[in-house]
Amino acid sequence: MKGIGMKNALRIVSIGLLLSAAPAFAENSLYDEMGGKTGMDHLVDASVDRYLADPRIKDIFDESNIDRIRAELKDQFCMVAEGPCEYKGHDMTAAHRGLHLTNANFNALVEDLQLAMDAQGISFPVQNRFLARLAPMQHLVVSK
Amino acid sequence: MRLSIPGLGLLAGLLCLATPPAMADGWNLFDGGKLLATGGVSQVEGAGGGGIANWALITGYGTRDGVGLNVHYTAVLLPDYALQSPGISVGLWDRLELSYAWQAFDTQNTGAQLGLGAGYAFHQNIFGAKLKLVGDAVYDQDDWLPQISVGLQHKENDRGAVIAAVGGKGSVGTDYYVSASKLFLAESLLVNATLRETKANQFGILGFGGDKHDDYSSQFEGSAAYLFSKRFAVGAELRTKPSNLSIAHEGAAWDLFAAYFFSKNLSLTAAYADLGNIVIHNGQRGAYLSLQAGL
Repeated sequence: MKGIGMKNALRIVSIGLLLSAAPAFAENSLYDEMGGKTGMDHLVDASVDRYLADPRIKDIFDESNIDRIRAELKDQFCMVAEGPCEYKGHDMTAAHRGLHLTNANFNALVEDLQLAMDAQGISFPVQNRFLARLAPMQHLVVSK
Repeated sequence: MRLSIPGLGLLAGLLCLATPPAMADGWNLFDGGKLLATGGVSQVEGAGGGGIANWALITGYGTRDGVGLNVHYTAVLLPDYALQSPGISVGLWDRLELSYAWQAFDTQNTGAQLGLGAGYAFHQNIFGAKLKLVGDAVYDQDDWLPQISVGLQHKENDRGAVIAAVGGKGSVGTDYYVSASKLFLAESLLVNATLRETKANQFGILGFGGDKHDDYSSQFEGSAAYLFSKRFAVGAELRTKPSNLSIAHEGAAWDLFAAYFFSKNLSLTAAYADLGNIVIHNGQRGAYLSLQAGL
């Protein structure tokens, strides 16, 4: 018995190599497509800068510790994009309790985030994949 | 195409009305708080939607704490006919939509061929109401439930005698519909489906009910739009219609459209529309253009 033969053996090995290499060809994670840690941290800072300059929503942050918001948002955005982070901040309902945020406020936050993503060159389809994960938070954030 | 003076006058008047009133500090009735494009454009009968297909979304940019108001002017330029339609619609607290559209359907030279006289026109008043029942097409990205709305469109046509002569059974009719809309945000795709109970012949331009069929029938309209950016969407629509009149078979209409949102205050929709046979002329394919301005 000649076994499976050299050619077939090579085929099996090549297929095996391809299969083991497959994860390297898989679609990049949202976190990577948004620029990894550098990109996400920059995105949060740029977005918060826009929030603080936006007359529609800047008053919301009057009583806030901006540094803490930046840090918690960085963890949260990272986690939402399935990056290697764990959000340990306040739960969303508690964090926004008493702020009486409206849908218009929520959408203003989204619009500023979109502008920040535009400025960072994040493509529109990638932006929408990220926003699709944030959108359901409307139920937790909007209380008015 | 003849320009309709009453139509343009109405549009100009409505645009003047649409100037924002003085706002109380801290509370804005016209809050313009929805995200760009999520108010849709004005469909051919004046409701918030696409071109020929309805959406479950409430027109305008008012959130549940505000009101959105818009006016539109639509023209459909076909080989043998032309439709012009100005209209106004208001979205109240992202819950209730009220709309009015006036349609003028110019038969151009076909009017002469039919013995009505060249340039003979049918006119319709269309009063619409839409109520959002459940779901949120935009926020509920973690839920398969679409946004669902119900509504009606009451249509009054001014050409009862001609409608009767072609076999139509009435010049007044009311369509009832249920619409579902879902934004698949991660895929940048908006999908809409509507089930419409109607007796309308050619959207009501040839009246309601006919010698061949005089009952309500269930018709489908649907659309899918891909968002290329916050401002730009491209898609397709299909709308089935009953064939109630024995003088001509009425088929489905479809179109391919592109909509551009300059801002929440102005959008332009252009489409290539195929309305099929309209009375004695087949192949009524042409341009659909609609401009919407609002608060």
